[in-house]
Amino acid sequence: MKWFTILVLALAIGLATAASPFASSSPDGLERVATDKGFAPRAESREAPLLDYGSDSKLATGLAGFAGTLLVFAIGGAIARAARR
Amino acid sequence: MHIPDGFLSPEVAAACAVPAIGAVGYGLRRASRELDERRVPLLGVTAAFVFAAQMLNFPVAGGTSGHFLGAALAAILLGPWLAGLVLSVVLVVQSFVFADGGVTALGANVLNMGVIGALVVGGLMVGAQRVLPQRRGAFLAVAGVGAWLAVMAGATATAFELAISGTVPLGTVLPAMLGVHTLIGIGEAVITVAAVSAVMTTRPDVVRALPQGVPA
Repeated sequence: MKWFTILVLALAIGLATAASPFASSSPDGLERVATDKGFAPRAESREAPLLDYGSDSKLATGLAGFAGTLLVFAIGGAIARAARR
Repeated sequence: MHIPDGFLSPEVAAACAVPAIGAVGYGLRRASRELDERRVPLLGVTAAFVFAAQMLNFPVAGGTSGHFLGAALAAILLGPWLAGLVLSVVLVVQSFVFADGGVTALGANVLNMGVIGALVVGGLMVGAQRVLPQRRGAFLAVAGVGAWLAVMAGATATAFELAISGTVPLGTVLPAMLGVHTLIGIGEAVITVAAVSAVMTTRPDVVRALPQGVPA
């Protein structure tokens, strides 16, 4: 299980860091529908530490993916260990 | 499919948060019973993979993209209730760290992209086990159909929440959401089948939904 975990985590980090900067930046399904049907302006803009995955540059997006994947892994792992006690 | 703040009325947001919190709480109770030593790392690593794969938007028709949701994959690996827990971890981080999905809309997003799809797939897996032959191909086919249905169910729920909020009429938003997610759901099915197939080949023992006797 240890090697399986390391392998999948490495794959996830690799995808989030190296592949995500080259993912499509077109609006997703809901964003497209919101624009087409005229309710997109209702969305409230927000502040966040890594707003929109640092979409201003490929490097920022990759780093955001790297950090986010590790953070999700850490929180998920902590919950799993805490739940077992 | 992340709903931002501003799309839902406070009443709809609250009405979605209640079952979402209930489902996540029940997921935590199931986790304490079901996660043995061997499966503990699976929850974190599934969440990490789902988060990473959700970043990889793929183009669908007409200047639109879609992305993986992961509820089906998580439900097949961990069962539907732990899948809801996995998706809630992903969605909370996305909302608070990346402003992807609203804070008040978090309950709705956990339902739409996590709990609902996971329960659809969980139910489908139980039903399919009774009627389909115990073969690898049949199991993967059900996984793919379940992934597509999970996306369509999430899109349907999103449309209803928007319509009840008074944001957009149901007759306008439902066909539009189902139309675009018909294509996005195919992407979900392809990624889910590929991932489940890879796990079945390497570690069939961690695939919770895999019935005894299905050759990996």
